[in-house]
Amino acid sequence: MRTPLHDQHLAAGGRIVDFAGWEMPVQYTGILQEHKAVRESCGVFDISHMGEFFVEGPGSTIWLDSLLTNNLASLLVGKAQYTMLLNTHGGVIDDLIAYRLEEEKYLLIVNAAKIDEDAAWFRKHVVQGVQFNDCSSGLAALAIQGPKAASVFEKIFHQPMPSERNRVLEIQPGMFIATTGYTGEDGFEWIMPSANASASWDAVLVSGATPCGLGARDTLRLEMCYPLNGSDLSPDRSPLEAGLGFFCDLKKTAFIGRDALIAQKQCAILPHKLCALRVTEKSPPIRSHYRVFVNGEPVTETTSGALSPSLGCGIALAYLPPAYCDPDQEVEIEVRDRRFRAVVIKKPFLKKP
Amino acid sequence: MNIPENLRYATSHEWILVEGDTGTVGITDHAQAELTDIVFAEPPAVGKSVQAGAIAAVVESVKAASDIYSPVSGEVIERNDAIEADPSLLNTDPFGSGWIFKIRLTNPDELTSLNDAAGYRAQIGG
Repeated sequence: MRTPLHDQHLAAGGRIVDFAGWEMPVQYTGILQEHKAVRESCGVFDISHMGEFFVEGPGSTIWLDSLLTNNLASLLVGKAQYTMLLNTHGGVIDDLIAYRLEEEKYLLIVNAAKIDEDAAWFRKHVVQGVQFNDCSSGLAALAIQGPKAASVFEKIFHQPMPSERNRVLEIQPGMFIATTGYTGEDGFEWIMPSANASASWDAVLVSGATPCGLGARDTLRLEMCYPLNGSDLSPDRSPLEAGLGFFCDLKKTAFIGRDALIAQKQCAILPHKLCALRVTEKSPPIRSHYRVFVNGEPVTETTSGALSPSLGCGIALAYLPPAYCDPDQEVEIEVRDRRFRAVVIKKPFLKKP
Repeated sequence: MNIPENLRYATSHEWILVEGDTGTVGITDHAQAELTDIVFAEPPAVGKSVQAGAIAAVVESVKAASDIYSPVSGEVIERNDAIEADPSLLNTDPFGSGWIFKIRLTNPDELTSLNDAAGYRAQIGG
């Protein structure tokens, strides 16, 4: 599959790879340069491959609150929240952002690889009065991220970017902007009908943003310890194990997976916890599925890894047994036939002032 | 695409500059462009004995690790420590300061199986 911006990616020198069935740019000029552009200036990502669902009608809030971990009843209209869709065992089907557009109207943005599975799950549980629509194929989306994103916003919309994080507004009928993102930087995401995609892309570039691919998106999110579903999150791991308990409102009376989370919480000790590991010596880039050792014994493997462009050292996430999760715990990560020293650190890797 | 005339080329995208019985080995401009930002390089240890076509070094970009094969058989007589300290030399100067190792050839006849610049240009479709 291709996004409406495929030609623009080729024109900008995008190197195309397969991502969940989508032909997406992994980079244009280079991942390091694109990473730096987002940290120091402004970058733009085509995120049209992601899924957009609309939920509306009386009872939408109560219905979504019965399926999602976070609390939508307490979310103000015009705001967004990070939340998750769980299976009955408390495992993560998907993580997503829910945008409250009206009292009883929501936009959900989900992972590209999970569009069909999520949509089937929502449809299976849908109730009278609530309309669920998967509008993924008709919408495009851009993520404009970085300290200069606000200036790009002003050039395009001739008004200041909302200063508040997690705001969403319908800037034109059927077109939304939201101060959300996946990089740890200021910025906004712009959701629009596919027909507007190429003009919007051009406008963003003219306003000073650097085209950025999935490679930089991955290193940027990993420096912030934002999980990637399918790597760091899975149907076999709960949000509590992933360190995302903050986004699970167990005080809600019921949502799918809640009982499993409460049972896990009552055990007092989680089976594993997703920890941030920083390599403390010169090493090759860490990648996923590298073995992690404690006291010479293999205990787990990494779920994500990189050579942090901002920090210049190896970084990784891994589910560790509870005994080894405290900061400063020493571990080793195996790269080919050698092991490199690393320590558990408090998340995130990149501490923003 | 820069393909110097005075080098021989392996199909696996390494070059060798032969001077007497020694050769200097690196990766081509085409290879570095394909690999993208190189962030880690591990040249072979001095004294290591390598066979033609065997793995002699590893370089890693942000996204992937790549084995570097020796174009000829021989003994490693020098390694480029500079690329370990600054792997981006492989991107910025692949035929110069981004060289990887020097080797004493044990079988110079192997050179005949390597491409010249024209042959390599044809291989990469340049």
